Order: sequence, then C-alpha cells, then structure tokens
Amino acid sequence: MDFLGGINPAVLIASLMVASVPIMLAAIGELVVERSGVLNLGVEGMMIMGAVCGFAAAVGTGSPAVGFLGGIVGGAALALVFGVLTQILLANQVATGLALTLFGLGLSSLIGQGYVGIKPPPTTALPFGPLADIPALGRILFNHDAMVYISIAIIAAVWAVLRFTRTGLVLRAVGENHEAAHALGYKVVRIRMAAITFGGAMAGLGGAYISLVRVPQWVDGITAGQGWIALAIVVFAAWKPWRVLIGAYLFGGISVLQLNLQAAGARIPVEYLSMSPYLITILVLVLISANPKRASANAPAALGKTFHATR
Amino acid sequence: MMRRTLLTSAALMLALSGTAFAAGMDKVKACFVYVGPVGDGGWTFQHDQGRLAVIEAFGDKVDASTYQENVPEGADAERVLTQMALSGCNIIFTTSFGYMDATNAVAAKFPNVMFEHATGYKREHTNVSTYNARFYEGRAIQGHIAGKMTKSNKIGYIGSFPIPEVIMGINSYYLHAKKVNPAVELTVIWAYTWFDPAKEADAAKAMIEQGVDVIASHTDSTAPLAEAAKANGAVIGFGQASDMAAYAPSPRVSSIIDNWAPYYIKRVGALLDGTYAQADAWEGIAGGEVLIGDITEAVSAEVKTEALAMRDAIAAGTYHPFTGPINKQDGSAWLAAGQTAPDGDLLGMAFYVEGVTGDIPQ
Repeated sequence: MDFLGGINPAVLIASLMVASVPIMLAAIGELVVERSGVLNLGVEGMMIMGAVCGFAAAVGTGSPAVGFLGGIVGGAALALVFGVLTQILLANQVATGLALTLFGLGLSSLIGQGYVGIKPPPTTALPFGPLADIPALGRILFNHDAMVYISIAIIAAVWAVLRFTRTGLVLRAVGENHEAAHALGYKVVRIRMAAITFGGAMAGLGGAYISLVRVPQWVDGITAGQGWIALAIVVFAAWKPWRVLIGAYLFGGISVLQLNLQAAGARIPVEYLSMSPYLITILVLVLISANPKRASANAPAALGKTFHATR
Repeated sequence: MMRRTLLTSAALMLALSGTAFAAGMDKVKACFVYVGPVGDGGWTFQHDQGRLAVIEAFGDKVDASTYQENVPEGADAERVLTQMALSGCNIIFTTSFGYMDATNAVAAKFPNVMFEHATGYKREHTNVSTYNARFYEGRAIQGHIAGKMTKSNKIGYIGSFPIPEVIMGINSYYLHAKKVNPAVELTVIWAYTWFDPAKEADAAKAMIEQGVDVIASHTDSTAPLAEAAKANGAVIGFGQASDMAAYAPSPRVSSIIDNWAPYYIKRVGALLDGTYAQADAWEGIAGGEVLIGDITEAVSAEVKTEALAMRDAIAAGTYHPFTGPINKQDGSAWLAAGQTAPDGDLLGMAFYVEGVTGDIPQ
C-alpha cells in the first residue's frame, strides 16, 4: 500500500479528510450567503470567534458537543452584527466584512485570555466496531470523529435545499435579482439575514473544529488565514455545493500531502511543495475562468449589491 | 497643521533624546515589535515577559507600555517602526529575524533612537544592536534526550524557515541524538511559517504517521505538543521558546525557555545611566538567556542526570555542543577533533552535518 517513498495512501486520505473540515464548513456557509446575494468577507473573523467560543463552551461544560454548539453560536452572533450593519443600516459589505475579520480576531483574543494552555475535552472517533478494521477502507471511511461526517452531510443538505426546495429557489431568486424578488413579495432582508446567520454558524462550527479537534487548544490567531482560503474555495467551486467539497479536499489534500512528502523524505524541493496548494488553486481558478461564459453565469447577479426597498 | 505640530514635536523629542543619551536619561520609553500575538504561548509570549520585567525593574523611570503584536515581516514593519520612532520611543526592540532590513532602514532615519534587533546579524548603523541567544545549547540537551528516548529510532524537527538559527538547532539536535544512539534517523519538515497552529499540528501528525516518536519544533505555538498528546504517551516533544508546562509531564518532557528579561533590563538600564553602546550580544545557558525547563518523570532518572550534567558543563564553559570531529553533510571536514565551532561559522550556518538526510531549501 505504499507509494512515494513510504506514504500510506489510506492514512493520507484519512488525514486530508480531517484537515479539510474547517475550510469546507466555512466555505459552504459562505456559499449560501453569496447565493443570497451578500458578500461577507468576514469569514476569518467568524471562524476564530467560533474557535474561541467553542473552546470556552467545551472547557466549561466538559462536552465537545456543547463546544461545537458554542462555536455555532459564536460565529452566528458575529454574523448577525454584519447582518444588522449591511442589511438594516445598509453599510458597505466589503468594508464591513473586512472590519468583521479584524473585530473577530481582536475579540477572540480578549475572550481567549483565560484559556491559553488549557486542554479541551477530547473528541473521539465514532465507534464503527468491526467496520473500522477493514484494511484501507476502514481507515479512510470509518475512523473519524462525527464532525467529518456531519460536514459532508451539510454539503449534501445545502445542495438538496438549493436544488429541490422552494426555500432554495427563493434564496437564489433573492441573490439573482433582489428587486424582482421584492416585487414578488419575498422578504429580501429577512431572507438574507437568515443566510448570513447560517454562514456565520458554519464558519463558527469550522472554527470550533480547529480549536477542538485539529489543534486541540486555544492560541491567539489559531485560524491563521483559513477563512480567506474558504472564501477562495467558494469562487473556485463556482457557487456549487459539491464543488466546495472537491475544492476543500483538493486544498486540504495538497497541504497535507506536501507535509507528508517532506516527512517521508521525498526528494522534491520543499519550496515547490509549500507553494503547491496555492499554485494549484490558482491554476484551477484560471482553468475555470478560461470559460468566461460559465464562470460569470454562476456568480449570483446581485452579489455584493446593497438592497434598499424603495417601493 | 496637525502634521507640522507632530513633526515639530517629534524633532524636539529627537533632539532631547539626543542630548540626554550621552549623559543618561531620566526616563526611557522602550517599545517592542512582535511577530505573533502575546498569547502564542511561545516566542512572543517570552519577549513580552521580558518587557514586563523591564517595567518591574525600573518602575516609573521607564515607559514600556508600547508594543505592537502580529507585525508582518516586511514593509509593514517599517511603517510600524517609523510610527514608534516618531511617537518618542528611545529604544525599540524588534523581536524577529525578518525585521532585519526594516530595522536598519528605519534606524538610518532616526539616529537618536536605539534599535535592538533579535536574532539578526546586520548592524549597518551605530544605533543598531543585535541580540540573540544560543538556543543550540538547549537543542543539544533535547537531542540527547531524544536519542535516549526514541523507540522507533526516528526523531523529528519541525523547522520554520531555512535560516542559520534554525539549521544550527537541527544540527545540534541531530549530533547529540546520534552520539547516544547511532541508529537514529532525523526527519525535518519545513513549515515555512513561524506561527500557524493548524499547519504545525499537521506537520507533527505527518511525522507521527511516519513513525517519528520524538518531535522538536522550531515554530512558535504549542500545536505540535497538542498533536503529540493525542498519541497517549507514545510520542514526546519539547516546549519551544516558552516552558509549555501545560503539556507536562508528557508529551512535553523538557523545554527551552527564552529568557529575555536580563538582556532587556541591562539595555534599558544602560540607556538610563548613559553607558549604552552598540552591541552584538549572544548569550546562552551561562548568561541565563537560555533556560532548560524542568525535565519530567517521563524521562528516566539516568537520562535526566546526564542531561543536567550536559547543561552544567555548557554553563561552565567546559563543553561546547559543536566540538569536532564534525563533518559536513557532503563528507567534507568542518571541525577537527577537539576544535569548537567559531561563532562566525554558526551564525552563517547553511549546511547540515554528516548523517542528516535531505537538502536545505535555498
């Protein structure tokens, strides 16, 4: 089962699945927000708020599940601030989103003061019994904590809602043309607020996954730019849920692969390995936009535009 | 109007500090530039402890309340430094290698402000001093423990950037592990970051999957220890920069603690009493800048005694971690038997010693 100088592909795939969870969750949340026509650049800020709130909740109660719930609440609360500012007070979305990131980083640092150096309660792998012992497949599919499966389930759910339900149709209508949706009697602001809150909740959940599972501890700036990658993945995915999964796995996979290649002593220059996730992301973005008709057709038409009901 | 007032007052302050400098000063404003957050639990945390020690030592005579966290290494650093110099700082400590050029560039514009750059080697102006600590002395002790403790004979080192400082640490760590365990193999992963907890954890995880069971790290967070902790005692590591005692007794079995307080107090004190002069400080265990954190019970008493003996020998000056015969990776001779490494060789170190596999990225 070995290739590339001693890397076990089953182990590699298993660890890339874990590594991709935070960006995948944050990206699927942002996807919903953008499909409703709102551009929230504050993903990084919401993620880190989720990370610290989730950590605090988990340490306080001793339960990782409550921790993840705390992450959802923390991320959603910050998202609501964004929602009020941009939807009700009609602030500029780009500026507000950037400010949200800075605010989130600062506030999380303040909240996290008392939590440096504390270990959170461990999140264990789901007990699949004998299934986990299947060679290779068991390691890949049946040896993860619940969040890995939940994150994939969320992708599936978002896809199904956007594609098959009335709610999804309304959300997309608001994102494509808010004036028309408003004329039809849909509550544009209310729908967008809901989408923004969902986006914050997902970013917060992703953040909590970092502080509770990926790096089980709290340190300032723990998300270290993953929110920005999530934003790029939404574009990369052309606003389609399943492509978010592919994008997250691709990015997570390459970043894990390059570390594993180094650990295995592969004779590939490290500089190229370190660059590779970014290079490949750029490459894929270029390939996608090489077909401009499709790329622009996918972007929600009202993305980033302020809505004010004049009539 | 505002701008002119600001410049005038800045010029006035510079003139004041200039005259006061020669004859000592009544009050010193010391400022600090940090590469990470104070709450990183490692590198920046320790520098901030040094800052607090300065306040403790001098009380009202010093204003050390100014510091800036998360300053990127590059153009932003120059902006922050200029701002600090304009705001009346008398001495500015820039606490990361990457601030080297920015520090020298800004120092040229403010000849009456003293600049202290950590871990660098450029002193282009008389008001730039550099200071560093001999961390490789601590790495020697970690290497000894690693060589004795490893069961898989695979030890790891998470490097940040391929700079002499880090390469020195890798070589020292490897040499001392090899000395007590000839079968030992070293795996190096370059993270290309000082601070990215998720990436540091992933690097540790990749090593553990390859069978590495002792991990030393040269990045700033506690993430590698958190990852090692998941192995339930099968994998050990070391506190880096700070004690990281939260992970004791295992996986953290010992640590290198950067103790900047004595140096900061000395320099600010010198500025106060007028004895300040440009310096190139490089203290180690002997000077108290490098402390070896408590070696826990996860290490056998015998190994602990040996490690402490090595620490004392280094402190007493009877043992130098780089004592020949040592060959370079390509087999060419570096140090003859009994010869110790000159500081110049160490500060410009760009080669692995014999036995380390892999190449140093250029």
